[in-house]
Amino acid sequence: MALVLKQPSVLPGFGLTLGFALFYFSLIVLIPLSGLIVKTTTLTWQQFWHTVTEPRAMASYQLTFGASFLGALINGFFGSVVAWVLVRYHFPGRSIVDALVDLPFALPTAVAGIALTAIYSSNGWIGSYLEPLGLKVAFTPLGVLVALTFIGLPFVVRTVQPVLQDLDKEVEEAATTLGANRWQTFRAVIVPELWPALLTGMAMAFARSVGEYGSVIFIAGNMPLKSEITPLLIMTKLEQYDYAGATALGVVMLVVSFVLALMINLIQWWSGRRHTAS
Amino acid sequence: MSTEIAARVRNEEWKASLTSESTLVRWTLIAIALGYLTLFLFVPLAAVFSEALKKGLAGYFASFQDPDTLAAIRLTFIAASLAVPLNLMFGVAAAWAIAKFEFVGKQILITLIDIPLAVSPVISGLIYVLLFGAQGWVGPWLAEHDIKIIFALPGIVLATTFVTVPFIARELIPLMQSQGREEEEAALTLGASGWQTFIRVTLPNIKWSLLYGVILCNARAMGEFGAVSVVSGHIRGLTNTLPLHVEILYNEYNAVGAFAVASLLTLLAIVTLVVKTVIERKSAPSRATQDAEWRMQPGSPS
Amino acid sequence: MILKPFVLTLALLTGALGFTSSIQAAESISILNVSYDPTRELYQEFNAAFAKHWQAKTGQTVKILQSHGGSSKQARAVIDGLEADVVTLALAYDIDAISEKAGLLPANWQSRLPNNSAPYSSTITFLVRKGNPKGIKDWNDLVKPGVSVITPNPKTSGVARWNYLAAWGYALKQFGGDEAKAQDFVWRLFKNVPVLDSGARGATTTFVERGIGDVLINWENEILLSTKGSGKDKFEIVVPPISILAEPTVSVVDKIVDKRGTRLVAQAYLEYLYSEEGQEIAGKNNYRPQLPAVAAKYAANFPAVERFTLQEFFGNWQKAHKAHFADGASFDQIYLQSPK
Repeated sequence: MALVLKQPSVLPGFGLTLGFALFYFSLIVLIPLSGLIVKTTTLTWQQFWHTVTEPRAMASYQLTFGASFLGALINGFFGSVVAWVLVRYHFPGRSIVDALVDLPFALPTAVAGIALTAIYSSNGWIGSYLEPLGLKVAFTPLGVLVALTFIGLPFVVRTVQPVLQDLDKEVEEAATTLGANRWQTFRAVIVPELWPALLTGMAMAFARSVGEYGSVIFIAGNMPLKSEITPLLIMTKLEQYDYAGATALGVVMLVVSFVLALMINLIQWWSGRRHTAS
Repeated sequence: MSTEIAARVRNEEWKASLTSESTLVRWTLIAIALGYLTLFLFVPLAAVFSEALKKGLAGYFASFQDPDTLAAIRLTFIAASLAVPLNLMFGVAAAWAIAKFEFVGKQILITLIDIPLAVSPVISGLIYVLLFGAQGWVGPWLAEHDIKIIFALPGIVLATTFVTVPFIARELIPLMQSQGREEEEAALTLGASGWQTFIRVTLPNIKWSLLYGVILCNARAMGEFGAVSVVSGHIRGLTNTLPLHVEILYNEYNAVGAFAVASLLTLLAIVTLVVKTVIERKSAPSRATQDAEWRMQPGSPS
Repeated sequence: MILKPFVLTLALLTGALGFTSSIQAAESISILNVSYDPTRELYQEFNAAFAKHWQAKTGQTVKILQSHGGSSKQARAVIDGLEADVVTLALAYDIDAISEKAGLLPANWQSRLPNNSAPYSSTITFLVRKGNPKGIKDWNDLVKPGVSVITPNPKTSGVARWNYLAAWGYALKQFGGDEAKAQDFVWRLFKNVPVLDSGARGATTTFVERGIGDVLINWENEILLSTKGSGKDKFEIVVPPISILAEPTVSVVDKIVDKRGTRLVAQAYLEYLYSEEGQEIAGKNNYRPQLPAVAAKYAANFPAVERFTLQEFFGNWQKAHKAHFADGASFDQIYLQSPK
């Protein structure tokens, strides 16, 4: 009696919609995913531990998570600049640029992969200028970083942009009137407002990059221990008929995905509360 | 009168000057933003079309004469036309339950919906192989009854659906949450049925977000590579979707063909973005006024 | 709502198209050939020839569907339920796997067709840049410092396993059967590899299109193919004096053909590979024909190479796999022992 599972409401359809949503989601997502975990239990704990900590797997985590993190940082900085410029300034072609920011989201990853490889390889448009500088992008870990940065590009822009738009300019005006210079205003007034959105955006970019496969395999070079990402290692294990091994790595990635999704929602929940509280 | 206006304009200018940067800073920031986008967005975009048109327009269109390419286009459309409506139903149902009611475990459900976005596409494909593959749990039973799921259309649709499950729900949930439920409650009090309330009251409020969700979901559905690659079987003219066909052509030294098909998918992405921009303009007039506000800045003719 | 009519029309349209094509299929018979990467051109030509032959012989129209990919990946798909009537893969080990893991064909499948079920053979050769700037003549030139070697990944690619074993076998011959020295030789070779593509085609693309590496090790047919057309004046073929006899094998998948009732045509399809016309097409597509008469005709295309067999040094594929390509075996050790 003490526990209220659902607060009463006059609106109809709760049972129907929630029932359908849960049924559908279980069928398409949850049951298949739990299959992954069940398959892993065919391994003993030692085998599981051995598979997910072997040097090749460790190197692939380092690359996958490292490059995703770096990509998220790059996007965190440049994405904020892009969002700022799009919201605050006017320049020719602004609305086109604004629309195109979402391109990596809508563009198939395989297309992104071949396009990036074509321009960043040593005889490509950009690669041919970087090569004399001793910078090799395609087929190196740097290529992975480029692909993951591309994939994560829209997230920070799209989370920071609305916050900037809603920012009350009067607070900024007040700060300036009180004697703060522009930089101080930016740091003390604007940054704290942007912070939750920026974090959410970076976490989303990171989560998306960690699992990315299509665009990376074209540009990575796929050297074991050097430029091999975890999803590719899973594919490689599959091709060697090592299903349990593949699922073990899959479980590791799944746990990371879930933690990330939880984090994103926590940040959003936290910033939502902050807003309603203030 | 006129002095009053002049004073107001001056006041506006003064206020604007408080919240803007020097021209140098402004243009530096614009240059950084555009430079970054050029490197990561515009050049790859240009590369797709430039590679596709390497052998001229004739070569470009010849790429679409190939029956295998046409079959890939057809399969991609079929898969999307099944996956998108399924996810549309889920999105609306989930958003209704989550946004209009308070219940235990709501936050967990919202988090769960995001999972397919964070799961590696390779895993999304793998789980269906584990379930429906000949060595999987249901596989032997399916084989007995001659039902094909993976390496056939149902597998491709399932994998596509999995990756695109969250898109429509994610668009609708925040919007419907912010809109509250007063309007629906009023309609019900006035005697409308639940369905009528949804059609007449809720739907008009969410139609643009709904459409945007559908468009985005569709673009992702047509472009999915990793998950579909695992369950497709790569049979030419039968189970190859467009993104897989891009890879095949690329591996056949047919760079022009690969980029031509890629350009088709890129055009789809661009159309998606255009529709999205149009929708945003229509759904958010507030944003237009906001834009106008910014145009009041010094330097712009006003 | 706005989209609904659109989606509906689309569904109807695509449904209708799918329907008509399935009606057409019902009048004829179709088989699926699951093959590895570089055979696309070969089977495109052969399928047309066989369809014609089958029509003339039986009056039945046969449609041959093709699926290509990395050899092991393709075998995995068949194990997981891809309904292949015939498999034509890069190495016997992958067909063994289908027999062993899924029981779709008997373990003695290789004895059912002539030449150990290999209708054509090939070998491993080199492709270098025009003028051969690094002076590559033989396997021992590949381990020299500063030579950049392109080969796909033996973990995922069939040809890469042939490459690996060819190098290992060469070293065994060179060092009088000293396994430790052979290991060292292959390790040094792989230290020179900057990119490990997942398949034969990927490796060729890296070398040819992306301009990476001084030498590509690949199938003889793949190398010959890439020097045709625009590649003629950019690359040179180098045939090492010694290499391995590579035998891509073929088999009917028993359980599938019995279920689908296609055994007759599938069997005839593979047998036709051994016919004069089949051999002719193989020769034209740079595979070495087994039929002496046809082999003689194409002899000019295929320089004489001393080809040692897998059996000579490695016993059989099961043993070779265990010693070299299984998890933690000799190939993995290359990267684990001295990480760069």
